[in-house]
Amino acid sequence: MTLSAWSRWGLRVFMALGLLFIYVPLLLILVNSFNGDRTFAWPPHDFTTRWWSAAWHNGGARDALWTSVKAGLGATAIALVLGTMVSFAVQRFKFFGRDTVSLLIILPIALPGIVTGIALDSAWRSVIEPLGLGKGLFSVIVGHATFCVVVVYNNVLARLRRTGTSLEEASADLGAAPGQTFRFVTFPMIRSALLAGGLLAFALSFDEIIVTTFTAGPGITTLPIWIFNNLFRPNQAPVVNVVAAVLIVLSVVPVWFAQRLAGPAAGASRT
Amino acid sequence: MRSFLHRHPGVRLAGLLSAPLLWLVVAYLGALAVLLVSAFWAVNTFTGEVVREFSLQNFRTILTEDVYRNVTLRSVGVAAAVTVICVVLAVPMALYMAKVASPRSRHWLVIAILTPLWASYLVKAYAWRVLLANGGPVDWLLGGPGRGPGYGLFATIIVLSYLWLPYMILPIYAGLERLPDSLLEASADLGARGSRTFRAIVLPILVPSIFAGSIFTFSLSLGDYITVQIVGGKTQLIGNLVYANIGAANNLPFAAALAVIPVLIMVIYLVAVRRSGALEEL
Repeated sequence: MTLSAWSRWGLRVFMALGLLFIYVPLLLILVNSFNGDRTFAWPPHDFTTRWWSAAWHNGGARDALWTSVKAGLGATAIALVLGTMVSFAVQRFKFFGRDTVSLLIILPIALPGIVTGIALDSAWRSVIEPLGLGKGLFSVIVGHATFCVVVVYNNVLARLRRTGTSLEEASADLGAAPGQTFRFVTFPMIRSALLAGGLLAFALSFDEIIVTTFTAGPGITTLPIWIFNNLFRPNQAPVVNVVAAVLIVLSVVPVWFAQRLAGPAAGASRT
Repeated sequence: MRSFLHRHPGVRLAGLLSAPLLWLVVAYLGALAVLLVSAFWAVNTFTGEVVREFSLQNFRTILTEDVYRNVTLRSVGVAAAVTVICVVLAVPMALYMAKVASPRSRHWLVIAILTPLWASYLVKAYAWRVLLANGGPVDWLLGGPGRGPGYGLFATIIVLSYLWLPYMILPIYAGLERLPDSLLEASADLGARGSRTFRAIVLPILVPSIFAGSIFTFSLSLGDYITVQIVGGKTQLIGNLVYANIGAANNLPFAAALAVIPVLIMVIYLVAVRRSGALEEL
Protein backbone atom coordinates (compact mmCIF):
# COMPACT_ATOMS: atom_id res chain seq x y z
CA MET A 1 0.00 0.00 0.00
CA THR A 2 1.18 3.53 -0.52
CA LEU A 3 1.74 3.94 3.17
CA SER A 4 3.28 7.16 4.32
CA ALA A 5 6.62 7.00 6.11
CA TRP A 6 4.85 7.87 9.33
CA SER A 7 2.35 5.03 9.15
CA ARG A 8 5.18 2.64 8.25
CA TRP A 9 6.99 3.66 11.41
CA GLY A 10 3.78 3.44 13.40
CA LEU A 11 3.19 -0.11 12.19
CA ARG A 12 6.79 -1.03 12.90
CA VAL A 13 6.52 0.17 16.50
CA PHE A 14 3.17 -1.60 16.88
CA MET A 15 4.69 -4.84 15.60
CA ALA A 16 7.58 -4.56 18.06
CA LEU A 17 5.19 -3.97 20.94
CA GLY A 18 3.04 -6.87 19.79
CA LEU A 19 6.03 -9.21 19.76
CA LEU A 20 7.00 -7.94 23.20
CA PHE A 21 3.48 -8.71 24.44
CA ILE A 22 3.74 -12.21 23.00
CA TYR A 23 7.21 -13.05 24.28
CA VAL A 24 7.59 -11.36 27.66
CA PRO A 25 5.39 -13.87 29.53
CA LEU A 26 7.28 -16.78 27.98
CA LEU A 27 10.65 -15.26 28.86
CA LEU A 28 9.45 -14.70 32.40
CA ILE A 29 8.84 -18.44 32.79
CA LEU A 30 12.35 -19.18 31.58
CA VAL A 31 13.88 -16.65 33.98
CA ASN A 32 11.75 -17.82 36.89
CA SER A 33 12.83 -21.42 36.46
CA PHE A 34 16.19 -20.21 37.82
CA ASN A 35 14.67 -17.93 40.46
CA GLY A 36 16.07 -18.97 43.83
CA ASP A 37 12.96 -17.84 45.67
CA ARG A 38 10.24 -20.46 46.13
CA THR A 39 7.45 -17.92 45.60
CA PHE A 40 9.08 -16.19 42.62
CA ALA A 41 9.75 -12.89 44.39
CA TRP A 42 10.20 -10.25 41.71
CA PRO A 43 12.76 -9.03 40.79
CA PRO A 44 14.74 -12.22 41.49
CA HIS A 45 17.58 -11.96 44.01
CA ASP A 46 19.53 -15.14 43.47
CA PHE A 47 19.63 -17.78 40.78
CA THR A 48 19.76 -21.55 41.17
CA THR A 49 19.52 -24.71 39.07
CA ARG A 50 18.03 -26.56 42.05
CA TRP A 51 14.49 -26.64 40.56
CA TRP A 52 15.73 -28.12 37.32
CA SER A 53 17.21 -31.13 39.08
CA ALA A 54 14.09 -31.42 41.28
CA ALA A 55 11.92 -31.51 38.16
CA TRP A 56 14.22 -34.04 36.50
CA HIS A 57 13.73 -36.42 39.44
CA ASN A 58 9.98 -35.84 39.70
CA GLY A 59 8.33 -39.20 38.93
CA GLY A 60 4.83 -37.77 38.45
CA ALA A 61 5.94 -35.35 35.77
CA ARG A 62 7.87 -38.07 33.95
CA ASP A 63 4.96 -40.51 33.95
CA ALA A 64 2.64 -37.77 32.75
CA LEU A 65 5.00 -36.88 29.93
CA TRP A 66 5.10 -40.50 28.81
CA THR A 67 1.28 -40.76 28.92
CA SER A 68 1.00 -37.61 26.82
CA VAL A 69 3.41 -38.95 24.22
CA LYS A 70 1.47 -42.22 23.94
CA ALA A 71 -1.88 -40.42 23.64
CA GLY A 72 -0.44 -38.01 21.06
CA LEU A 73 1.03 -40.79 18.91
CA GLY A 74 -2.21 -42.77 18.99
CA ALA A 75 -4.40 -39.80 18.13
CA THR A 76 -2.02 -38.68 15.38
CA ALA A 77 -2.00 -42.12 13.77
CA ILE A 78 -5.80 -42.27 13.66
CA ALA A 79 -6.08 -38.67 12.48
CA LEU A 80 -3.59 -39.28 9.66
CA VAL A 81 -5.58 -42.21 8.31
CA LEU A 82 -9.05 -40.68 8.65
CA GLY A 83 -8.01 -37.17 7.60
CA THR A 84 -6.28 -38.41 4.45
CA MET A 85 -9.27 -40.53 3.48
CA VAL A 86 -11.72 -37.66 3.81
CA SER A 87 -9.47 -35.21 1.97
CA PHE A 88 -9.19 -37.62 -0.99
CA ALA A 89 -12.95 -38.14 -1.00
CA VAL A 90 -13.68 -34.40 -0.87
CA GLN A 91 -11.04 -33.40 -3.41
CA ARG A 92 -11.35 -36.22 -5.97
CA PHE A 93 -15.11 -36.84 -5.97
CA LYS A 94 -18.28 -34.85 -6.32
CA PHE A 95 -21.06 -36.11 -4.13
CA PHE A 96 -24.18 -35.03 -2.35
CA GLY A 97 -23.39 -33.42 0.98
CA ARG A 98 -19.76 -32.61 0.28
CA ASP A 99 -20.00 -29.20 1.94
CA THR A 100 -21.64 -30.82 4.93
CA VAL A 101 -18.71 -33.20 5.29
CA SER A 102 -16.22 -30.36 5.47
CA LEU A 103 -18.41 -28.56 8.03
CA LEU A 104 -18.71 -31.77 10.04
CA ILE A 105 -14.93 -32.09 10.21
CA ILE A 106 -14.49 -28.56 11.53
CA LEU A 107 -17.20 -29.07 14.14
CA PRO A 108 -15.13 -30.85 16.83
CA ILE A 109 -12.69 -27.96 16.88
CA ALA A 110 -15.26 -25.19 16.40
CA LEU A 111 -17.44 -26.30 19.27
CA PRO A 112 -16.19 -25.48 22.75
CA GLY A 113 -13.95 -28.24 24.12
CA ILE A 114 -16.12 -28.75 27.15
CA VAL A 115 -19.06 -29.70 24.91
CA THR A 116 -17.01 -32.26 22.99
CA GLY A 117 -15.66 -33.46 26.33
CA ILE A 118 -18.95 -34.12 28.10
CA ALA A 119 -20.59 -35.48 24.94
CA LEU A 120 -17.85 -38.10 24.52
CA ASP A 121 -17.82 -38.77 28.25
CA SER A 122 -21.54 -39.45 28.56
CA ALA A 123 -21.59 -41.47 25.32
CA TRP A 124 -18.66 -43.56 26.52
CA ARG A 125 -20.24 -44.21 29.86
CA SER A 126 -23.65 -45.14 28.48
CA VAL A 127 -22.61 -47.07 25.34
CA ILE A 128 -19.07 -48.41 25.55
CA GLU A 129 -18.60 -48.99 29.25
CA PRO A 130 -21.46 -51.55 29.39
CA LEU A 131 -19.54 -53.45 26.69
CA GLY A 132 -16.72 -53.87 29.17
CA LEU A 133 -14.26 -51.22 27.98
CA GLY A 134 -13.88 -48.60 30.68
CA LYS A 135 -12.35 -45.19 30.23
CA GLY A 136 -8.59 -45.23 30.08
CA LEU A 137 -5.83 -44.16 27.74
CA PHE A 138 -7.82 -45.41 24.76
CA SER A 139 -10.76 -43.08 25.41
CA VAL A 140 -8.31 -40.17 25.57
CA ILE A 141 -6.93 -41.19 22.17
CA VAL A 142 -10.45 -41.40 20.72
CA GLY A 143 -11.29 -37.95 22.05
CA HIS A 144 -8.09 -36.39 20.74
CA ALA A 145 -8.34 -38.07 17.34
CA THR A 146 -11.82 -36.59 16.87
CA PHE A 147 -10.50 -33.04 16.83
CA CYS A 148 -7.12 -33.88 15.25
CA VAL A 149 -8.67 -35.14 12.00
CA VAL A 150 -9.30 -31.59 10.84
CA VAL A 151 -5.63 -30.52 10.81
CA VAL A 152 -4.54 -33.49 8.71
CA TYR A 153 -7.55 -33.03 6.44
CA ASN A 154 -6.77 -29.35 5.82
CA ASN A 155 -3.09 -29.95 5.10
CA VAL A 156 -3.66 -32.85 2.71
CA LEU A 157 -6.62 -31.14 1.02
CA ALA A 158 -4.53 -28.05 0.31
CA ARG A 159 -1.80 -30.20 -1.16
CA LEU A 160 -4.21 -32.20 -3.35
CA ARG A 161 -5.77 -28.99 -4.64
CA ARG A 162 -2.36 -27.66 -5.61
CA THR A 163 -0.98 -30.77 -7.29
CA GLY A 164 -4.01 -31.85 -9.35
CA THR A 165 -4.36 -35.30 -10.90
CA SER A 166 -2.27 -35.05 -14.07
CA LEU A 167 0.76 -36.85 -12.66
CA GLU A 168 -1.38 -39.72 -11.46
CA GLU A 169 -3.09 -39.93 -14.83
CA ALA A 170 0.29 -39.99 -16.56
CA SER A 171 1.38 -42.78 -14.27
CA ALA A 172 -1.74 -44.79 -15.06
CA ASP A 173 -1.34 -44.16 -18.80
CA LEU A 174 2.19 -45.50 -18.60
CA GLY A 175 0.78 -48.71 -17.24
CA ALA A 176 1.29 -48.44 -13.50
CA ALA A 177 -1.08 -50.37 -11.29
CA PRO A 178 -3.10 -48.24 -8.82
CA GLY A 179 -0.92 -49.52 -6.00
CA GLN A 180 2.23 -48.48 -7.83
CA THR A 181 0.78 -45.08 -8.69
CA PHE A 182 -0.04 -44.52 -5.04
CA ARG A 183 3.37 -45.65 -3.85
CA PHE A 184 5.52 -43.81 -6.39
CA VAL A 185 3.41 -40.79 -7.34
CA THR A 186 0.58 -39.92 -4.95
CA PHE A 187 2.29 -40.67 -1.66
CA PRO A 188 5.50 -38.73 -2.40
CA MET A 189 3.32 -35.78 -3.43
CA ILE A 190 1.46 -35.65 -0.13
CA ARG A 191 4.27 -36.85 2.13
CA SER A 192 5.31 -33.46 3.46
CA ALA A 193 1.67 -32.45 3.91
CA LEU A 194 1.16 -35.58 5.98
CA LEU A 195 4.22 -34.74 8.06
CA ALA A 196 3.06 -31.18 8.66
CA GLY A 197 -0.48 -32.33 9.48
CA GLY A 198 0.79 -35.07 11.74
CA LEU A 199 3.06 -32.65 13.57
CA LEU A 200 0.14 -30.29 14.14
CA ALA A 201 -2.12 -33.10 15.26
CA PHE A 202 0.47 -34.31 17.75
CA ALA A 203 0.98 -30.80 19.13
CA LEU A 204 -2.77 -30.27 19.44
CA SER A 205 -3.15 -33.55 21.31
CA PHE A 206 -0.08 -32.96 23.48
CA ASP A 207 -1.48 -29.62 24.63
CA GLU A 208 -5.11 -30.58 25.14
CA ILE A 209 -6.61 -30.46 28.60
CA ILE A 210 -10.38 -29.94 28.45
CA VAL A 211 -11.43 -32.98 26.40
CA THR A 212 -8.77 -34.96 28.25
CA THR A 213 -10.28 -34.09 31.62
CA PHE A 214 -13.54 -35.70 30.59
CA THR A 215 -12.28 -38.69 28.62
CA ALA A 216 -9.38 -39.82 30.82
CA GLY A 217 -9.98 -42.87 32.93
CA PRO A 218 -8.88 -43.04 36.56
CA GLY A 219 -5.11 -42.95 36.89
CA ILE A 220 -4.53 -41.50 33.42
CA THR A 221 -2.63 -38.25 33.87
CA THR A 222 -1.37 -36.43 30.79
CA LEU A 223 1.19 -33.68 31.17
CA PRO A 224 -1.31 -30.78 30.93
CA ILE A 225 -3.47 -32.45 33.58
CA TRP A 226 -0.44 -32.94 35.79
CA ILE A 227 0.46 -29.27 35.42
CA PHE A 228 -3.08 -28.18 36.20
CA ASN A 229 -3.32 -30.44 39.25
CA ASN A 230 -0.09 -29.03 40.64
CA LEU A 231 -0.69 -25.42 39.65
CA PHE A 232 -2.43 -24.45 42.85
CA ARG A 233 0.02 -26.19 45.20
CA PRO A 234 2.53 -23.57 46.35
CA ASN A 235 5.07 -26.27 47.24
CA GLN A 236 5.15 -27.57 43.69
CA ALA A 237 5.35 -24.13 42.04
CA PRO A 238 9.09 -24.23 41.19
CA VAL A 239 8.84 -27.71 39.65
CA VAL A 240 5.75 -26.74 37.64
CA ASN A 241 7.64 -23.70 36.45
CA VAL A 242 10.56 -25.81 35.23
CA VAL A 243 8.19 -28.16 33.37
CA ALA A 244 6.60 -25.07 31.79
CA ALA A 245 10.04 -23.77 30.80
CA VAL A 246 10.91 -27.13 29.22
CA LEU A 247 7.67 -27.06 27.20
CA ILE A 248 8.46 -23.54 25.98
CA VAL A 249 11.92 -24.59 24.86
CA LEU A 250 10.53 -27.73 23.20
CA SER A 251 7.97 -25.71 21.24
CA VAL A 252 10.81 -24.53 19.00
CA VAL A 253 11.39 -28.09 17.74
CA PRO A 254 8.24 -28.53 15.61
CA VAL A 255 8.65 -25.04 14.16
CA TRP A 256 12.17 -25.93 13.13
CA PHE A 257 10.85 -29.16 11.58
CA ALA A 258 8.12 -27.34 9.69
CA GLN A 259 10.74 -24.91 8.41
CA ARG A 260 12.87 -27.72 7.12
CA LEU A 261 9.85 -29.30 5.48
CA ALA A 262 8.24 -26.62 3.43
CA GLY A 263 8.89 -23.13 4.70
CA PRO A 264 6.60 -21.21 7.02
CA ALA A 265 3.50 -21.84 4.91
CA ALA A 266 3.40 -25.46 6.01
CA GLY A 267 2.89 -24.55 9.61
CA ALA A 268 0.99 -21.36 8.96
CA SER A 269 -2.42 -22.88 9.34
CA ARG A 270 -2.86 -24.67 12.57
CA THR A 271 -6.23 -25.99 11.57
CA MET B 1 -11.14 -56.23 -8.35
CA ARG B 2 -9.00 -53.45 -9.73
CA SER B 3 -11.10 -52.93 -12.85
CA PHE B 4 -14.25 -53.20 -10.77
CA LEU B 5 -13.00 -50.34 -8.60
CA HIS B 6 -12.03 -48.39 -11.67
CA ARG B 7 -15.47 -48.70 -13.20
CA HIS B 8 -17.32 -47.89 -9.99
CA PRO B 9 -16.14 -44.58 -8.55
CA GLY B 10 -19.06 -44.78 -6.14
CA VAL B 11 -17.52 -47.81 -4.49
CA ARG B 12 -14.16 -46.08 -4.23
CA LEU B 13 -15.84 -43.06 -2.69
CA ALA B 14 -17.74 -45.21 -0.22
CA GLY B 15 -14.49 -46.92 0.74
CA LEU B 16 -12.81 -43.60 1.41
CA LEU B 17 -15.69 -42.06 3.30
CA SER B 18 -17.11 -44.90 5.34
CA ALA B 19 -14.52 -45.07 8.13
CA PRO B 20 -14.16 -41.31 8.73
CA LEU B 21 -17.89 -40.73 8.54
CA LEU B 22 -18.57 -43.66 10.81
CA TRP B 23 -16.26 -42.03 13.31
CA LEU B 24 -17.52 -38.48 12.98
CA VAL B 25 -21.21 -39.15 12.49
CA VAL B 26 -21.76 -42.16 14.72
CA ALA B 27 -19.20 -41.46 17.43
CA TYR B 28 -19.14 -37.69 17.50
CA LEU B 29 -22.54 -36.53 16.25
CA GLY B 30 -24.10 -39.47 18.07
CA ALA B 31 -22.47 -38.35 21.29
CA LEU B 32 -23.63 -34.80 20.73
CA ALA B 33 -27.16 -36.05 20.06
CA VAL B 34 -27.18 -38.07 23.27
CA LEU B 35 -26.00 -34.98 25.10
CA LEU B 36 -28.75 -32.89 23.56
CA VAL B 37 -31.40 -35.45 24.50
CA SER B 38 -30.15 -35.77 28.05
CA ALA B 39 -30.59 -32.01 28.44
CA PHE B 40 -34.31 -32.76 28.57
CA TRP B 41 -33.93 -35.30 31.35
CA ALA B 42 -33.68 -34.64 35.05
CA VAL B 43 -31.94 -35.97 38.12
CA ASN B 44 -33.80 -37.44 41.03
CA THR B 45 -32.70 -35.28 43.93
CA PHE B 46 -32.84 -38.13 46.45
CA THR B 47 -31.12 -40.95 44.61
CA GLY B 48 -28.97 -38.95 42.22
CA GLU B 49 -30.16 -41.20 39.39
CA VAL B 50 -30.92 -39.76 35.97
CA VAL B 51 -34.66 -39.83 35.26
CA ARG B 52 -35.24 -40.39 31.54
CA GLU B 53 -38.45 -38.44 31.15
CA PHE B 54 -38.89 -35.54 28.82
CA SER B 55 -39.16 -32.19 30.54
CA LEU B 56 -38.24 -28.61 29.82
CA GLN B 57 -37.45 -27.91 33.45
CA ASN B 58 -33.69 -27.48 32.90
CA PHE B 59 -34.19 -24.88 30.20
CA ARG B 60 -36.88 -23.13 32.24
CA THR B 61 -34.43 -22.83 35.12
CA ILE B 62 -31.71 -21.44 32.86
CA LEU B 63 -34.03 -18.88 31.30
CA THR B 64 -35.69 -17.70 34.49
CA GLU B 65 -32.90 -17.62 37.03
CA ASP B 66 -30.74 -14.52 37.01
CA VAL B 67 -27.52 -16.37 37.77
CA TYR B 68 -27.60 -18.27 34.49
CA ARG B 69 -28.63 -15.31 32.39
CA ASN B 70 -25.84 -13.21 33.87
CA VAL B 71 -23.24 -15.89 33.36
CA THR B 72 -24.33 -16.40 29.75
CA LEU B 73 -24.19 -12.69 29.04
CA ARG B 74 -20.82 -12.44 30.77
CA SER B 75 -19.42 -15.34 28.75
CA VAL B 76 -20.62 -13.91 25.44
CA GLY B 77 -19.29 -10.52 26.50
CA VAL B 78 -15.89 -11.97 27.33
CA ALA B 79 -15.77 -13.85 24.02
CA ALA B 80 -16.75 -10.71 22.11
CA ALA B 81 -14.25 -8.53 23.99
CA VAL B 82 -11.47 -11.04 23.35
CA THR B 83 -12.35 -11.13 19.65
CA VAL B 84 -12.34 -7.33 19.38
CA ILE B 85 -9.01 -7.02 21.21
CA CYS B 86 -7.50 -9.68 18.97
CA VAL B 87 -8.73 -7.90 15.82
CA VAL B 88 -7.39 -4.55 17.02
CA LEU B 89 -3.98 -6.06 17.76
CA ALA B 90 -3.84 -8.42 14.79
CA VAL B 91 -4.74 -6.09 11.90
CA PRO B 92 -1.79 -3.68 12.29
CA MET B 93 0.60 -6.54 13.00
CA ALA B 94 -0.57 -8.54 9.97
CA LEU B 95 -0.49 -5.38 7.86
CA TYR B 96 3.10 -4.75 8.85
CA MET B 97 4.07 -8.35 8.17
CA ALA B 98 2.39 -8.53 4.77
CA LYS B 99 2.97 -5.07 3.36
CA VAL B 100 5.83 -3.30 5.13
CA ALA B 101 8.36 -5.91 6.19
CA SER B 102 10.92 -7.13 3.67
CA PRO B 103 10.30 -10.66 2.36
CA ARG B 104 13.20 -11.94 4.43
CA SER B 105 12.06 -10.49 7.72
CA ARG B 106 8.48 -11.45 6.83
CA HIS B 107 9.57 -15.06 6.90
CA TRP B 108 11.01 -14.67 10.39
CA LEU B 109 8.02 -12.72 11.65
CA VAL B 110 5.69 -15.53 10.61
CA ILE B 111 7.88 -17.92 12.57
CA ALA B 112 7.86 -15.56 15.54
CA ILE B 113 4.05 -15.51 15.53
CA LEU B 114 3.84 -19.25 14.95
CA THR B 115 6.22 -20.45 17.63
CA PRO B 116 4.12 -19.51 20.69
CA LEU B 117 1.24 -21.54 19.22
CA TRP B 118 3.28 -24.64 19.91
CA ALA B 119 3.96 -23.66 23.49
CA SER B 120 1.41 -25.20 25.81
CA TYR B 121 -1.85 -23.37 26.43
CA LEU B 122 -1.58 -24.14 30.10
CA VAL B 123 1.98 -22.85 30.28
CA LYS B 124 0.92 -19.52 28.83
CA ALA B 125 -2.01 -19.14 31.20
CA TYR B 126 0.35 -20.06 34.01
CA ALA B 127 2.85 -17.42 32.87
CA TRP B 128 0.14 -14.80 33.27
CA ARG B 129 -0.76 -16.14 36.70
CA VAL B 130 2.83 -15.44 37.72
CA LEU B 131 2.87 -12.07 35.94
CA LEU B 132 -0.32 -10.86 37.59
CA ALA B 133 0.34 -12.33 41.03
CA ASN B 134 0.11 -10.02 43.99
CA GLY B 135 3.59 -8.50 44.16
CA GLY B 136 4.48 -10.09 40.82
CA PRO B 137 6.19 -8.41 37.86
CA VAL B 138 3.14 -6.41 36.72
CA ASP B 139 2.58 -5.03 40.21
CA TRP B 140 6.29 -4.29 40.48
CA LEU B 141 6.21 -2.42 37.16
CA LEU B 142 3.23 -0.36 38.30
CA GLY B 143 4.81 0.55 41.61
CA GLY B 144 4.16 -2.07 44.27
CA PRO B 145 1.91 -4.92 45.42
CA GLY B 146 -1.77 -4.41 44.62
CA ARG B 147 -1.15 -1.78 41.95
CA GLY B 148 -1.75 -4.12 39.01
CA PRO B 149 -5.13 -5.46 37.89
CA GLY B 150 -4.66 -8.73 39.81
CA TYR B 151 -6.85 -11.77 39.10
CA GLY B 152 -10.42 -11.30 37.88
CA LEU B 153 -12.59 -10.65 34.84
CA PHE B 154 -10.15 -8.14 33.35
CA ALA B 155 -7.24 -10.55 33.72
CA THR B 156 -9.34 -13.29 32.10
CA ILE B 157 -10.02 -11.14 29.03
CA ILE B 158 -6.35 -10.15 28.71
CA VAL B 159 -5.08 -13.70 29.04
CA LEU B 160 -7.63 -15.14 26.61
CA SER B 161 -6.71 -12.43 24.08
CA TYR B 162 -3.06 -13.32 24.60
CA LEU B 163 -3.76 -17.01 24.06
CA TRP B 164 -5.78 -16.67 20.86
CA LEU B 165 -4.00 -13.70 19.23
CA PRO B 166 -1.92 -15.82 16.78
CA TYR B 167 -5.13 -17.49 15.56
CA MET B 168 -6.30 -14.05 14.47
CA ILE B 169 -2.99 -12.78 13.05
CA LEU B 170 -2.34 -15.77 10.78
CA PRO B 171 -5.56 -15.77 8.69
CA ILE B 172 -5.44 -11.96 8.36
CA TYR B 173 -1.82 -12.14 7.28
CA ALA B 174 -2.64 -14.89 4.78
CA GLY B 175 -5.45 -12.76 3.36
CA LEU B 176 -3.35 -9.61 3.08
CA GLU B 177 -0.45 -11.47 1.54
CA ARG B 178 -2.68 -12.59 -1.31
CA LEU B 179 -3.64 -8.98 -1.99
CA PRO B 180 -1.38 -7.85 -4.86
CA ASP B 181 0.49 -4.59 -4.34
CA SER B 182 -0.42 -3.54 -7.87
CA LEU B 183 -4.05 -3.24 -6.79
CA LEU B 184 -3.08 -0.79 -4.07
CA GLU B 185 -0.89 1.18 -6.44
CA ALA B 186 -3.70 1.31 -8.98
CA SER B 187 -6.02 2.68 -6.34
CA ALA B 188 -3.49 5.35 -5.41
CA ASP B 189 -2.85 6.21 -9.07
CA LEU B 190 -6.57 6.68 -9.55
CA GLY B 191 -6.46 9.28 -6.81
CA ALA B 192 -7.76 7.40 -3.77
CA ARG B 193 -6.38 8.46 -0.44
CA GLY B 194 -5.03 5.93 2.02
CA SER B 195 -8.29 5.70 3.94
CA ARG B 196 -10.32 5.22 0.75
CA THR B 197 -7.96 2.48 -0.45
CA PHE B 198 -8.27 0.80 2.92
CA ARG B 199 -12.07 0.87 2.80
CA ALA B 200 -12.50 -0.11 -0.83
CA ILE B 201 -9.72 -2.65 -1.34
CA VAL B 202 -8.13 -3.83 1.88
CA LEU B 203 -11.31 -4.18 3.93
CA PRO B 204 -13.17 -6.55 1.56
CA ILE B 205 -10.14 -8.85 1.69
CA LEU B 206 -9.83 -8.43 5.42
CA VAL B 207 -13.42 -9.24 6.42
CA PRO B 208 -13.48 -12.98 5.59
CA SER B 209 -10.07 -13.40 7.23
CA ILE B 210 -11.24 -11.62 10.36
CA PHE B 211 -14.33 -13.80 10.51
CA ALA B 212 -12.17 -16.89 10.06
CA GLY B 213 -9.96 -15.80 12.96
CA SER B 214 -12.97 -14.86 15.05
CA ILE B 215 -14.30 -18.42 14.86
CA PHE B 216 -11.31 -19.43 16.95
CA THR B 217 -11.13 -16.46 19.29
CA PHE B 218 -14.88 -16.54 19.93
CA SER B 219 -15.38 -20.27 20.25
CA LEU B 220 -12.24 -20.92 22.26
CA SER B 221 -13.14 -18.14 24.70
CA LEU B 222 -16.76 -19.22 24.98
CA GLY B 223 -15.95 -22.71 26.16
CA ASP B 224 -13.00 -21.90 28.34
CA TYR B 225 -13.08 -22.71 32.01
CA ILE B 226 -9.41 -23.39 32.67
CA THR B 227 -8.01 -19.89 32.15
CA VAL B 228 -10.81 -18.51 34.29
CA GLN B 229 -9.79 -20.80 37.11
CA ILE B 230 -6.15 -19.80 36.75
CA VAL B 231 -6.40 -16.02 36.50
CA GLY B 232 -10.11 -15.26 36.89
CA GLY B 233 -10.32 -15.14 40.67
CA LYS B 234 -13.99 -15.75 41.50
CA THR B 235 -15.25 -15.04 37.97
CA GLN B 236 -17.66 -17.63 36.58
CA LEU B 237 -18.26 -18.39 32.91
CA ILE B 238 -20.57 -20.95 31.26
CA GLY B 239 -17.76 -23.49 31.21
CA ASN B 240 -17.35 -23.29 34.99
CA LEU B 241 -21.06 -23.89 35.55
CA VAL B 242 -21.07 -26.87 33.19
CA TYR B 243 -18.02 -28.27 34.92
CA ALA B 244 -19.46 -27.74 38.40
CA ASN B 245 -22.69 -29.49 37.41
CA ILE B 246 -20.86 -32.53 36.14
CA GLY B 247 -18.39 -32.77 38.97
CA ALA B 248 -19.64 -31.56 42.32
CA ALA B 249 -23.37 -31.41 41.64
CA ASN B 250 -23.41 -34.62 39.57
CA ASN B 251 -26.27 -33.28 37.48
CA LEU B 252 -25.40 -34.31 33.93
CA PRO B 253 -28.78 -33.32 32.43
CA PHE B 254 -28.48 -29.79 33.74
CA ALA B 255 -24.85 -29.58 32.62
CA ALA B 256 -25.98 -30.73 29.18
CA ALA B 257 -28.69 -28.06 29.09
CA LEU B 258 -26.10 -25.44 30.00
CA ALA B 259 -23.72 -26.77 27.35
CA VAL B 260 -26.44 -26.33 24.72
CA ILE B 261 -26.05 -22.53 25.12
CA PRO B 262 -22.51 -22.26 23.68
CA VAL B 263 -23.32 -24.86 21.01
CA LEU B 264 -26.34 -22.86 19.89
CA ILE B 265 -24.34 -19.63 19.87
CA MET B 266 -21.51 -21.25 17.90
CA VAL B 267 -23.79 -22.90 15.33
CA ILE B 268 -25.57 -19.60 14.71
CA TYR B 269 -22.19 -17.90 14.45
CA LEU B 270 -20.79 -20.49 12.03
CA VAL B 271 -23.84 -20.36 9.77
CA ALA B 272 -23.78 -16.56 9.76
CA VAL B 273 -20.06 -16.43 9.06
CA ARG B 274 -20.13 -19.13 6.38
CA ARG B 275 -21.89 -16.75 4.00
CA SER B 276 -18.89 -14.42 4.03
CA GLY B 277 -16.66 -17.22 2.77
CA ALA B 278 -14.76 -17.37 6.05
CA LEU B 279 -14.67 -21.17 6.24
CA GLU B 280 -12.46 -21.26 3.13
CA GLU B 281 -9.99 -18.99 4.93
CA LEU B 282 -9.41 -21.38 7.81
